[in-house]
Amino acid sequence: MDALFSQLFAGLSLGSVLLLAALGLALTFGQMGVINMAHGEFMMAGAYTAFVLQAFIPDAGVSLLVALPVGFVVGGLLGLLLEVTLISRMYRRPLDTLLVTFGVALVLQQLARDVFGAPNVDVRAPAWLSGAVPVLGMNLPKTRLFILALAIACVVALSLVLKTTSLGRRIRATVQNRDLAETSGVSTRATDRLTFFVGSGVAGVAGVALTLLGSIGPTLGTNYIVDAFLVVVVGGIGQLKGAVIAAFSLGILQATFEYSTTASLAKVLLFVVIVAFLQVRPQGLVSVRTRSLA
Amino acid sequence: MLELRGLHVGYGRTAVVHGVDIEVPDGAVVAVMGHNGAGKTTLLRAAVGLLPARSGTVLLGGEDVTRTRPHQRVRAGLAYVPQGQQSFGQLTARENLQLVADVAGSQGARRLDEALDLFPALRGLLTRRAGLLSGGQRQQLAIARALITGPRLIVLDEPTEGIQPSVVAEIEDAIVQLASGGLSVLLVEQHVGFALAASSHYYVLESGRVTAHGAGGVAQEGDVRAAMAI
Repeated sequence: MDALFSQLFAGLSLGSVLLLAALGLALTFGQMGVINMAHGEFMMAGAYTAFVLQAFIPDAGVSLLVALPVGFVVGGLLGLLLEVTLISRMYRRPLDTLLVTFGVALVLQQLARDVFGAPNVDVRAPAWLSGAVPVLGMNLPKTRLFILALAIACVVALSLVLKTTSLGRRIRATVQNRDLAETSGVSTRATDRLTFFVGSGVAGVAGVALTLLGSIGPTLGTNYIVDAFLVVVVGGIGQLKGAVIAAFSLGILQATFEYSTTASLAKVLLFVVIVAFLQVRPQGLVSVRTRSLA
Repeated sequence: MLELRGLHVGYGRTAVVHGVDIEVPDGAVVAVMGHNGAGKTTLLRAAVGLLPARSGTVLLGGEDVTRTRPHQRVRAGLAYVPQGQQSFGQLTARENLQLVADVAGSQGARRLDEALDLFPALRGLLTRRAGLLSGGQRQQLAIARALITGPRLIVLDEPTEGIQPSVVAEIEDAIVQLASGGLSVLLVEQHVGFALAASSHYYVLESGRVTAHGAGGVAQEGDVRAAMAI
């Protein structure tokens, strides 16, 4: 029973990390259809933002709390720059976008190496996140709980933005029918840029969170980019709900497989499950149905 | 209000509209008629900016808007209701309207209310997803959306095509009511009878060219049918 519960927590914890990595992608890839291979590097940029900030802010706790919004802005601005300079020129050309953003990812990694050095660096975790909370006889690490809470907070914030704000309505309208949005008075170009800013900003927040789990390096993003795309594809395009369910399902599955086998075999098994799942349900977990296509 | 001068439009290598001149005077209702494939929708898409004009100019209230983006034309007072009862299917009816009201700023809430007064049936459907509405309801939603932009001119592409007869009359009444309130209307319509009854000028489009035009009114029906060879 204890083992089961601790595996469940390990799965939820892994799922929350996957979710943070995938949430921004659910916007830029899920909603806009842009394959941005540099999404992981925006996470890396967020992580280094936390690293840089702690040099200026001695208190690790304050530094972390400042890093979250600053990481959002850093990730967002990088995304905005990428969208304006490159991606906006190749909408509806997914293969070109994939190659170009992959190139950008490599450039960003090298840039990080040049600025911060190749070896990994550490970000101090605040004192209030060290240790564990005893729950049902188990010790749940506070950092893991913090990341879980952060992931949930990000999902709630993002769905509130999409559901209740004017920006959210513009994003959803533009995704569904660009021409109709444009002739409804919505500047679809401006909406694209804002969507990309928000999606990339969430990647920056994810990067800040990752500094709590271990040391960070220039290749931080490459560890997460594939998993993040998997979450969005399995979840189904166009809805955050799907990404949430997919992230936690994949997290729990992987943790379970890891418990019964090894880490690499668990990954193989997970891929097998995903391939089989997509054969049955290529549209993902959550798909959108309407009376008409319009 | 709207002037299309020597407009040439096409897709890829295919030219569809060849030098069309159409004028919608202030407060007038102008009907464009023609067979399927005559270039009516292409012409309208160029007028609102969804297709680039290869040559020619689009003047809105005397200002050249040929190179502006569609949303800029909307904000300058040109509303467009495309063919096929289009709406944002995954947004609720209210969100469909609110989206436009947001852009309209401080006028938004009042105009949203006025649009609902015109189509009271929509009031009971506001929380429903637009994709689940019937064709007629979606068309009313589309016209309501266009009105919330606060237009000086509304462009309607076959507003009653494919809609159940009971709603056709409501939509036709609404168009007449809007026109009598001073709104300029550019109407593409298959129903020659209604189009002429509602309009003060008509144009017949054939293979991308204007082949006949004149004053509207039911008396012209014989001429128009002859020009269209119905």
